[in-house]
Amino acid sequence: MRMLINVPETVVGDALRGMAAAHPELVVDAENRVVVRRDAPVTEKVALVSGGGSGHEPLHAGFVGPGMLDAACPGEVFTSPVPDQMVRAAAAVDSGRGVLFVVKNYTGDVLNFQMAAELAEDEGIQVASVLVDDDVAVTDSTFTAGRRGTGATLFVEKIAGAAAEEGMPLERVEAVARQVVRSSRSFGVALSACTTPAKGSPTFDLPAGELELGVGIHGEPGRERRPMMTSREIADFALDAVLEDLEPRLPVLVLVNGMGATPLLELYGFSAEVRRVLDERKVAVARTLVGNYVTSLDMAGCSVTLCQVDGELLRLWDAPVQTAGLRWGR
Amino acid sequence: MSGTALDAAFFVRWMTAAAAAIDREAERLTELDSAIGDADHGTNMQRGFAAVVKMVEAEPPATPGAVLTAAGRQLISSVGGASGPLYGTLLRRTGKALGDAAQVSAEELRAGLGAGVDAVGKLGGSAPGDKTMLDALVPAVAGLATSFEAAAGAAEEGARSTVPMLAKKGRASYLGERSIGHQDPGATSSALLFAALAEVAR
Repeated sequence: MRMLINVPETVVGDALRGMAAAHPELVVDAENRVVVRRDAPVTEKVALVSGGGSGHEPLHAGFVGPGMLDAACPGEVFTSPVPDQMVRAAAAVDSGRGVLFVVKNYTGDVLNFQMAAELAEDEGIQVASVLVDDDVAVTDSTFTAGRRGTGATLFVEKIAGAAAEEGMPLERVEAVARQVVRSSRSFGVALSACTTPAKGSPTFDLPAGELELGVGIHGEPGRERRPMMTSREIADFALDAVLEDLEPRLPVLVLVNGMGATPLLELYGFSAEVRRVLDERKVAVARTLVGNYVTSLDMAGCSVTLCQVDGELLRLWDAPVQTAGLRWGR
Repeated sequence: MSGTALDAAFFVRWMTAAAAAIDREAERLTELDSAIGDADHGTNMQRGFAAVVKMVEAEPPATPGAVLTAAGRQLISSVGGASGPLYGTLLRRTGKALGDAAQVSAEELRAGLGAGVDAVGKLGGSAPGDKTMLDALVPAVAGLATSFEAAAGAAEEGARSTVPMLAKKGRASYLGERSIGHQDPGATSSALLFAALAEVAR
């Protein structure tokens, strides 16, 4: 496997140095692995901190900036960051109005953020946490780690970020974030496995001519494996799974997300199929975002996320955002 | 079990031997993790224990409890993933249970590790049979009542017993039935910890 890297050990640090070079509006601490918006702490604003394993770029560091996150903590590839990073980030961005941790539901992220919340509170920082668990491919039961956090993370960070930017207090920002989580569902498919730099070979074995339905963003196998399907068939399958769990009575935001190695040409084609299914199912579409936002290294494939929005959530979604990965308005 | 008194130097040797064992087996841990996880358990544990060794060698803590408490804190700060908080909690809670005695007996260590293992179960919300670290740790602590060798043997057997289990916690749980037939990487590294303990006690 050929990769555009120096050595696997320095992949995350190298990328952070690159971010620093490209984005003077960010303070990038490559050594301590914390990315903070330069104007932090923003006076009288609730701060948003997220983080997770690297390999999902632009998530999360690419979403740091006005209207979204105040700081992000990148871990090693597919490995949760450590509590020290999160505490450092929280201390850097807290204006005194508190910090919201946005946590994807993976055992490692949950445990590390939990420890970080306790440590930050010891330092006098008020912390609330919201857990994102939107992936319908995983059965949500007490006998598993529960649903994984995937594409809805972007919706949570954008919408709660806008709520914070408007000056809402921590309880309100947290409530908005929880509403987004409750209103969002995702389903992903893989057309190929991904390769972590440390391992250098695919994380799972997907025979040619097959696809993995319900894949996670770390190449975790999903619900089942089938012979290759068309974009039309994949859209039908994915949205069946999503709509089985979410019956939208309000218009939806649609995220058609690439896993990293699928061209935009294919993603837009898939997006047309997604719209066809939603039209057939009489689901009103408020906004659609197509691109690579919550990726899985070099995996080929896509995910689709729906988020049911009322007037307030839609207004917050439309609010200006200025980050490396998402930028509009103003 | 003999009434040998274990001092801080013994615990430093244990951590060093554990780091060496993880170094030797890192590739195997990663291989096991790629079957049912995300192929980084070896690398993450290697990074963590290397940091532990560096720390205890630079500033050797004065008591057995202090060695394990500091080692646990170091793992939490350097491993990440689920393993960092879980292994960190195991050593930190064990260390706290040992208190500030200059020497501890094997029986005191067994009781301390029992507290550490309980804390791991609480933090991870798991129980033996879930295909996790606990499947090696719980029998290992029981084995300590006999000898360090018995503990190491029980841990190794416990790790192997995870092969036919269905994963109920952590990332392997997403696989459901497909997790069956693979040995749990966390239980495997837990067994290495007890193999290292037996090695330094020999």
